Amino acid sequence: MANAKISLTINGRAVSAEVDTRTLLVHFIREHVKLTGTHVGCDTTQCGACTVHVNGTRIKSCTMFACQLEGAQVTTIEGLAKGKQLHPMQEAFREHHGLQCGYCTPGMVMSAIGIAERYKGKALTEDIVRHELEGNLCRCTGYHNIVRAVIAGAKAMSAG
Amino acid sequence: MYAFNYHRPSSIAEAVKLLKASSDGRCLAGGMSLIPTMKHRLASAADLIDLNGIRELAFIRREGDALVIGALARHVEIADSADVKKSIPALAALAASVGDPQVRNRGTFCGSLCFADPAADCPAGLVGLNGTVITDKRRIAADKFFNGLYETTLEKGEIVTGVSFPIPEKAGWAKFANLASRFAIAAVMVAKTGGGVRVAVTGAKASVFRVPEMEAALAKNFSAAALDGIKISPDGMNNDLHGDPDYRAHLVSVMAKRAVQAATA
Repeated sequence: MANAKISLTINGRAVSAEVDTRTLLVHFIREHVKLTGTHVGCDTTQCGACTVHVNGTRIKSCTMFACQLEGAQVTTIEGLAKGKQLHPMQEAFREHHGLQCGYCTPGMVMSAIGIAERYKGKALTEDIVRHELEGNLCRCTGYHNIVRAVIAGAKAMSAG
Repeated sequence: MYAFNYHRPSSIAEAVKLLKASSDGRCLAGGMSLIPTMKHRLASAADLIDLNGIRELAFIRREGDALVIGALARHVEIADSADVKKSIPALAALAASVGDPQVRNRGTFCGSLCFADPAADCPAGLVGLNGTVITDKRRIAADKFFNGLYETTLEKGEIVTGVSFPIPEKAGWAKFANLASRFAIAAVMVAKTGGGVRVAVTGAKASVFRVPEMEAALAKNFSAAALDGIKISPDGMNNDLHGDPDYRAHLVSVMAKRAVQAATA
């Protein structure tokens, strides 16, 4: 077994740890930092339930090693709300009921924010949103409301 | 997953030194193929050499008559690059069709070439566009790079630093993806260059391959109609739950026509 020492920032908080090099970022977030909003839904880099932002880019945290994250800025679903005030994208998911069982929701919201940022200032159509959500699977198949929520959330983000 | 030592060099020279010093070292770029494979214990490494700290590998640029892509250029960067869209739009289209957005944010073109997955898109891009793989010590022509299923002609301790493409007159990309994995069941890159026409297919056999009959027909008449009547043999085609050899052989013809249509649109 080999270890590595890492220092990174998660949701604005400095975190330092010594981890087994094999530790995936998602397991580091869930088991070391105890932030369990980021989910694991598959083991094949397909479902997107583990999506977080690393240095502002949405990635699948099941497919990076924690030891690669030295000095990185990570944002998880827990880092979005300000106190009791939900992030505009979270609020849009609530308003449009963009969830059924809720398991995929943290990854969906993190992806949705990535989409809103990528298309900032451009018209976000249903086609674009469906294409951009290809890396997030909802096994309740609740996509219709998710797509509506993403469009509404992106609009709220650009207005805010 | 099997245990490994982690290294993060900041220069190509340092990475080469680490790779040569290891009994069983592997390079990590985007990791979108390697990490899932390691998770399943289908791949392992005593030493994992992370190239992500080598900033000189992160580039996309025009160099005279060629488009050159560094080993750390991500699929999303290739898909969005104004230089790529202007000089080889089919390459931007290929990059935009890889995996999903999160995978494209990490995965690299060169990493995909090195992994040599039989259903990956990038090998067809390299061979169809007649690219050249650039390593720390030599240049390898597209037709000499792949060596069958998951195998390349890279030598032990050799690191791919980039890939160079001549600018084609026309090129087109068409892919029939597995909707779960987004890997190609069959995909085709067609390119017309001063040196002739190339048709490269991925997803259908153990490794990327060219179709000489199609290339000859397209050299005479670069149109989808020129491919009518060319029968693709199912011999050697992959047989899995996504499609049998006959299905894949048919799909190659359909995708080749769509690729030509994309090139001439």
